[in-house]
Formats: sequence, C-alpha cells, structure tokens
Amino acid sequence: MARMTGRRMLFAAPVLLVVTFGVFAVAAASPFDPVKAYAGTAGLTASQETLDQLRANLGVDQALVPRWWEWLTSAVTGDLGDSSVMRRPVADVITERLGWSVLLATTAFVLAILLGTALGVAAARRPGGWLDRGVSAAAYTLEAAPAFWLGLLAIWFFALRLDVLPAGGLTDSGSDIVTFGQVASHLVLPAAVLGVSQMPWFYLYVRQGVADALEEDPVRGARARGLSERTVLLSHAWRSGMLPMLTLIGSRVPELITGALLIETVFSWPGIAAATVQAATSVDFPLLAALTVLATAAVLVGNLLSDLLYGLADPRVGFDG
Amino acid sequence: MADTTHSPPGAVWRARGRSRRSTRSVRAVTSAAVVGAVALAVLIVPPLVQLDEQAVDLALKLQPPSLAHPFGTDDVGRDLLLRCVYGLRVSLLVGLVAALVATVIGTAVGAAAAAFGGWTDRVVMRLVDTFSSVPHLLLGIFIVAMFRPGVWPVIVSVALTHWLSTARIVRSEVLSLRARPYIDAAVSGGSSRWRITVRHLLPGVLPQAGLAAVLMVPHAMWHESALSFLGLGLPSHQASLGNLVQTARGSLLAGDWWPTLFPGLFLIVPTLAIAGLAGVWRERINPRRRSELML
Repeated sequence: MARMTGRRMLFAAPVLLVVTFGVFAVAAASPFDPVKAYAGTAGLTASQETLDQLRANLGVDQALVPRWWEWLTSAVTGDLGDSSVMRRPVADVITERLGWSVLLATTAFVLAILLGTALGVAAARRPGGWLDRGVSAAAYTLEAAPAFWLGLLAIWFFALRLDVLPAGGLTDSGSDIVTFGQVASHLVLPAAVLGVSQMPWFYLYVRQGVADALEEDPVRGARARGLSERTVLLSHAWRSGMLPMLTLIGSRVPELITGALLIETVFSWPGIAAATVQAATSVDFPLLAALTVLATAAVLVGNLLSDLLYGLADPRVGFDG
Repeated sequence: MADTTHSPPGAVWRARGRSRRSTRSVRAVTSAAVVGAVALAVLIVPPLVQLDEQAVDLALKLQPPSLAHPFGTDDVGRDLLLRCVYGLRVSLLVGLVAALVATVIGTAVGAAAAAFGGWTDRVVMRLVDTFSSVPHLLLGIFIVAMFRPGVWPVIVSVALTHWLSTARIVRSEVLSLRARPYIDAAVSGGSSRWRITVRHLLPGVLPQAGLAAVLMVPHAMWHESALSFLGLGLPSHQASLGNLVQTARGSLLAGDWWPTLFPGLFLIVPTLAIAGLAGVWRERINPRRRSELML
C-alpha cells in the first residue's frame, strides 16, 4: 500500500509541473500585463522609466521559462508571491482560508454520501416503485440545476421567508469573534445546499449498485436460507452495491471544488474557493495561479484516495497498480 | 420442460421489458416536444414578437407573475418571460458553438492518438489526463480571467475544458474499430494510413462523437451560466440565463423570488429534455448499456 502511494505520488509530480507551466503559458499568451495590474491607476500617470523599473523588479521582463522556474523554486520554500486583491502574501491568504473551505466541503461531502446512500438503498428495494420514481426524478432535476441557483433560492426561503438561518458569511455582522455556535449556524445552509447538489450522483450510483446486487446469486442464496429481508439488504446487497460508488468517491473532488466555487461565492463564505473567484474578477495572477495549482493537487489526492479506498473495501483488489 | 420451469422469471422479464419500453417512448416523446418547443421559442419568438426585451418601464418594476407578465417583471420593469427567452437564446448559442468546437477538437485528437498509436498516443493521452486534473470550472475561470470576460473567451474556455472526454471516447472507439477485419482488408488493399483514418475509422466513430456533442450542449450551457453568474461571463448587454440570475440577486435579497426562479427553470428544463433525448439515442446505438444521465 505504501509502495503504491509512493508510486502514484511520483506520477503526480509531473502533472503538477505541467499544470504550473500551463498556468504561466496561458498568462503569457493573454493580454494580461502584471505591471499594469500591480501599479493600478498609478500606472496611468507613471513615467516610462518607473514602469520599466517596476517591470524589472517584478521579474516580468524575463522570458516565460525563467519566470516560471523562479516562481516554482520560491513556491517550494513557501513563498507564493503577494496577492494584489487581498494585499497580503498568497501563502497567508491560503493558510487563513483553507480551513474554512475544508470544513464546508467535508460537511457537504459527508452529507451527500449519507443522504445519497440512504435514499439509494431505499429506492433500490423496489425499482420502479413510487419512492424510486419520485427520488430519481428529483435527483435528475437536482443534477441539472445550477448550484448557485439552488443556493439563492435556499437563502430566499430559509433566511428571508422563514428567517431561521443566516443568509451568509461566517459570523453575524457586527461581531468579529468567531464562536462555535455562530460558525455552526452559518455553516448549515451552504453545507446543506452543496451537499444536496452533490447528492444525486451518489444516489444514482448506490441505487444502481444495490439494485444490481439484489439480482445476484449471493442475495438469492441468502433469501433461500431464510434470512430476513433486512439482513439481505443491509449485509449482502448493500455491501457489494456500495463498491462501484466507493471506487469513484475520490473522483468527485473536481465536482466538489466546482460546487464550492459557486456556493462559497453565493454565501460569502470566507474560504479559498470564494477567494479564487475574487482573484479572477480582479485578475490577481499570483493568487489565482497558486489556487489553481492547489485545486489540481487536491484532485490528484482524491484520485489516490479513491484507489486506496477501493483496495480496502474489496480484498480482491491488490495494491500493485 | 426447461421452458415451463423457467417461464415465471421469463414472463417477469418480458413484462418488465415491455413496461420499460413504454415509459421510454413516453420519455422520448416528451423530451422531443420540449426540445422542439425550446427551438421554436428561441428561433421564432424574437423576430415574430418584435418586442424589445430591454424595454425599461419603471412604473412596472418588480411585478409578481400575472396574466400580463406570466413570469413577472424585473427591477427596472422588463418582462421576465421575454428576458428568459432571449437569455436562453444566448445561452443555447454559446453552448452549441462551444460544444461544436470541443467535439471537433476532441474527435481530431482522439482519432489521431488512436490512429498513430505508440509514443504519440501515450503523450497525447497523458496530456489529456493532466488537463483533466484541473477542475473544469476553475480552468474556465482562469482562462476568462486572463483573457477578460466576453463572448469569445467564454466559448474558448468552455470548449477547451470539454474536449477531453470526447477525445477519450473517440480514441477507444477507434481502437476497437481498428481491430475489425475490414480495416485489415483496407490495409492489405494498400490504403494509406490517412485514407483509412478518414474513410473507414472516422465515419464509424461519428455516432458516438455526435452523442457526446449533444450531451455536451447542456453541460456547456451550465458552464457558461456559472461563469456569467460569477461576473466572468458574457457582458450584460448580451444577457444569458446566468446573467439574469446574477442581476436578480439584489431583488432576491429584498424578497422577490421570481427574477431568480424562472431563469434557473429555463436552464433545467432544456437540460433534462436534451439528456432524455440523448438517453434514447444512446440506447439505440448502444443497446446493451443501461441508460444513465450523463451531465
């Protein structure tokens, strides 16, 4: 297992290298000018010498490859440059916000898995029954619905209409102290919307897996031995029906990041996904580049986790991959 | 004898098959009707109605849905039904162009990788894997941020993030076609590699590539609306459904739900209809696989 982990990480390194280079190449090909972005409105009145000096200071007079290499070597030591929109080092922005994003994403992910599994097993018991048809129709609709739209409607209903939950942010406006109760009540709505928008995929996989497993020989054997329907469903069909979903659980990281980009923005959640959108709107290249690479790393970790989980859940699979 | 003992499961299977087929045809007809209605609305309404969807009437601002305005009006008194139809028109156009570009790129890359094989194949597919490990919306955001919001950056960013799956599908299809006897026959007949690819392999993968393209349209629309919602998409004078939801945020926080609700429904209904049609198509070209919604 350790061998496979090491091997997969060895494969991940070149992917990350190519992605960082791609980020720099796209920026170099675009009309984006880091000097103008750095100087802002002052750049309009500054003399050409000042701008040239700035260009040299920022290192953008160099070619693409040395610039990329310089960024990479300082990134390894933890220096990711300065964010122009946050007016702070990129590394600080990430360390401060990463925890909130992880909290939101994990809560939503766990919610999506639990909800999707429970509904999937319930629907698989009677394929074509009213529960199956109703939940499946809802799942397809949710899968087609944009997450930001769901978030806005949730704000309207729960925060404005019923006035039971806060509409956004991390704490109530006016209070700077982050307490557990405040964070918990502010977490409910974004995590629920993100979780529900991720749920259909889990539901459809579990439903299919369990429904298929219910037709297989072990289940027929268990029924013939006279085991109760409950035991058959939960200890036989459920376990093997979960396998296809487990193998792909890690591959949901990109969708989770996509959802977080939208949900964090809608709910003004102070995480890195909302920061990514802010960085993009104000063309903050150092922050945007670092966050893009970070998201790619998260996807690669997700893929690895997926393989490991599969090996743990299904003893027939070896770890030699 | 064996037939009679096995008749109960057989009968059950047949009965289930029949009922499934009837729900399938209901789904096909409904989906086709919705897609047709959407196409009609988008193509015919704008030239026929001759109404200005940008017409501002502050006396009628934020009217709830009524007979005169079935979807209500927005914060400057524009009719939302008309705005939604125009928004769908923009979203659909961007989605179609992006899906077309992505399919052409994906088919070309996938077919080339499979036809050349060896090192080309390995390098190209590694690159596809690398590209896929950046979350698509994030890559789209990055491209649009660097190239400024606008129609073409949005189309390019959606197309560049969507060709990967088509490349994979086309590659595996070409690989499986290449092993068939008629390709051997063409090779022994002295056809060039280029001729085999263009005349024998590409026509074989077109149904699969076409299916991927159709399924990509709603996905591309979704992508565009997300970018527009984040303020990184289309300019507001070319309002797509995403722009409509974005501009409705202020009204929503004041308690008016209709400017947010309807643009979203306009995105969901065509998506479900296109996915339904594509599901029927997939079952026809690929009858053994079970239908699932690919989004």
